[in-house]
Amino acid sequence: MVELRILVCVKRVPAPGARITLTADHQGIDAKNLGFTTSPHEECAVEEAIRLVETHGGSATVLTLGAVEADEQLRYAVSVGVNSAVHVTHASLAGGADWDAQATARALADAISSLEATDGAFDLILFGNESADSGGFQVGVRVARQLGRAIVNGIKGIVVENGSVTAQRESTSGFEVYQLALPAVLGVKEGLNLPRYPTLPGRLKSKKVEVPVLTAEPMPGGLATLSFDNAAELVVETTMLGTGPEAAPAIVDLLEELGLV
Amino acid sequence: MSNEILVVVEHDRGEVTETSYQAFGLARTLLSAGVGTSITAVVIGAEADALAAGIGSYGAGLSVLVHHAELTDYAPEAWGDVVAQLIASRAPAAVVATGTDRGNEVLAHAAAIADLPFAANVTDVSLADGLGLTRVRWGGSLLEQSRLHAPVYVLSGSAHTFTGEPSGDAAATTEVFEPTLDASAARTRVVDRVTLAAGITLTTAAVVVSGGRGVGSADGFAPLTELADLLGGAVGCSRVVTNNGWRPHSDQVGQTGKRIAPELYIACGISGAIQHWVGMMASKHVLAINTDNEANMVGKAEYAVIGDLHKILPAVSDEIRRRRASA
Ligand SMILES: Cc1cc2nc3c(=O)[nH]c(=O)nc-3n(C[C@H](O)[C@H](O)[C@H](O)COP(=O)(O)OP(=O)(O)OC[C@H]3O[C@@H](n4cnc5c(N)ncnc54)[C@H](O)[C@@H]3O)c2cc1C
Ligand SMILES: Nc1ncnc2c1ncn2[C@@H]1O[C@H](COP(=O)(O)O)[C@@H](O)[C@H]1O
Repeated sequence: MVELRILVCVKRVPAPGARITLTADHQGIDAKNLGFTTSPHEECAVEEAIRLVETHGGSATVLTLGAVEADEQLRYAVSVGVNSAVHVTHASLAGGADWDAQATARALADAISSLEATDGAFDLILFGNESADSGGFQVGVRVARQLGRAIVNGIKGIVVENGSVTAQRESTSGFEVYQLALPAVLGVKEGLNLPRYPTLPGRLKSKKVEVPVLTAEPMPGGLATLSFDNAAELVVETTMLGTGPEAAPAIVDLLEELGLV
Repeated sequence: MSNEILVVVEHDRGEVTETSYQAFGLARTLLSAGVGTSITAVVIGAEADALAAGIGSYGAGLSVLVHHAELTDYAPEAWGDVVAQLIASRAPAAVVATGTDRGNEVLAHAAAIADLPFAANVTDVSLADGLGLTRVRWGGSLLEQSRLHAPVYVLSGSAHTFTGEPSGDAAATTEVFEPTLDASAARTRVVDRVTLAAGITLTTAAVVVSGGRGVGSADGFAPLTELADLLGGAVGCSRVVTNNGWRPHSDQVGQTGKRIAPELYIACGISGAIQHWVGMMASKHVLAINTDNEANMVGKAEYAVIGDLHKILPAVSDEIRRRRASA
């Protein structure tokens, strides 16, 4: 059996609820009362890495570029079964500030190159299709290009066999199939699998695991964020059709009115 | 710098995807903002040559037909290489596409090769110090104002923001471009396709009966399925539901699920988190069924019923059957 070395790049993002509240100066999300999470597509990337290692043997590593607090997301990945974690950080990332996609990709690709120089190449590197917050749709592609490796985005099915990976991507009529020789890079989407929850031994391991911290220098590209606004929301007057099962006739009246019955 | 705006035309084995035309809307918006003076369409692969004639009416004076033996089916890396080579040889003012899976992917490749910034899912542009941009974040719930400084502006237009209607009947002149591609450029080409049976789907249904955590279990979806069947509609759900394994991810509505726009969206036991809302906000009408009259979904919906979905939905199905029987 050929063992696999897999790397997953994850990003720490806020988990807002009903509405995204901005800071008074509109420079960021007001995260005072928010929890944080890993971007959903990347949670599936982490799960897939763990499953591939369960099937083929080898190891799964998570990598993030982020503020000191992003340590939480790395350790969460360890608690569900990833073997090791690497944290790239810089003072300018404090408070969850973002680097642009060019700077992020450069820092991640450089970190991957230095990890590979000491421990050998990763057979498969997984990214999310897009990050939940900035939605740049490009960091994975830029990293793959810098490393000179093949990448396909939007993947919802992965099978590794005989040194190559068969990957499925959703299309309007079904799925497109791609086949890439390893080493390769994939950008994945939620729905690829159903991520597991942490186990107690996993939690204990995640507290103890040593997470090496590397630093990177920002090399900003040409796209700079100035400020944020909430998207315009329609204000509607809600019509109450009633309470409990007694409202059923009113609901069916509405369905008839809309011509839907 | 030339004053061309390149529009990457998205097609699947020679058929243009409808949303792709919206990129010409973005190109025309750039022209009115003072970026560039002409529009050039980029049509990749000889199988798409037949498209070129019709493209003039969208404002393109010229269609560049890209021919190469390796360009037989969609191949993200090869398409990205082609666009990067056109950037190098034509030095356009801007390169645009529609922000679909393929559009964003091809532009990301081109920008990575050319070491240019790339702004995805733009909704508006203005000439400022550089280019002023508005783009969507968080799947559309947040708008970012940003500034782009680059020798060539690489942008995708947020889907369904720019108009994809033809604006005249001028025919585009054509020109053939032969890129330099080696066999490895096609290493990420589509090698096979799996076609799923068509039928009423979440994205095409006129009525969607959607359930959230309030449904409580996989079995709890029975009354939702029953009502959807009676109405010839489809069942949808929130991310909590898919995370619990109650429904498949293909039923999920929201930022990381499907974007839908039915006539009526019936949200049962769904609180209305922003990431769910962005997936169904285009619905014509929304009916919320929730035990909590302060739930965000209740406040935002056009119609609401307060109460337990497990009691209300069966009563609605009974009422429909009763009226049908007596009609
Ligand atoms: C980056 C990111 C992306 C996300 N993408 C998505 C996405 O694509 N789609 C999505 O849905 N979510 C998404 N989420 C998750 C989202 O933030 C919410 O957690 C989720 O939508 C909540 O699901 P819910 O409304 O079913 O559950 P809850 O928020 O727990 O709401 C349950 C509701 O059910 C009501 N209820 C309970 N019992 C009953 C009953 N018997 N009858 C009637 N009502 C009842 C309650 O009053 C409550 O309003 C995302 C989150 C993040 C961070
Ligand atoms: N700061 C980061 N640290 C690690 N991975 C990242 C970071 N930013 C983006 N990524 C990865 O790149 C993917 C695409 O991000 P984006 O280009 O921002 O949409 C994400 O889904 C992540 O897998």
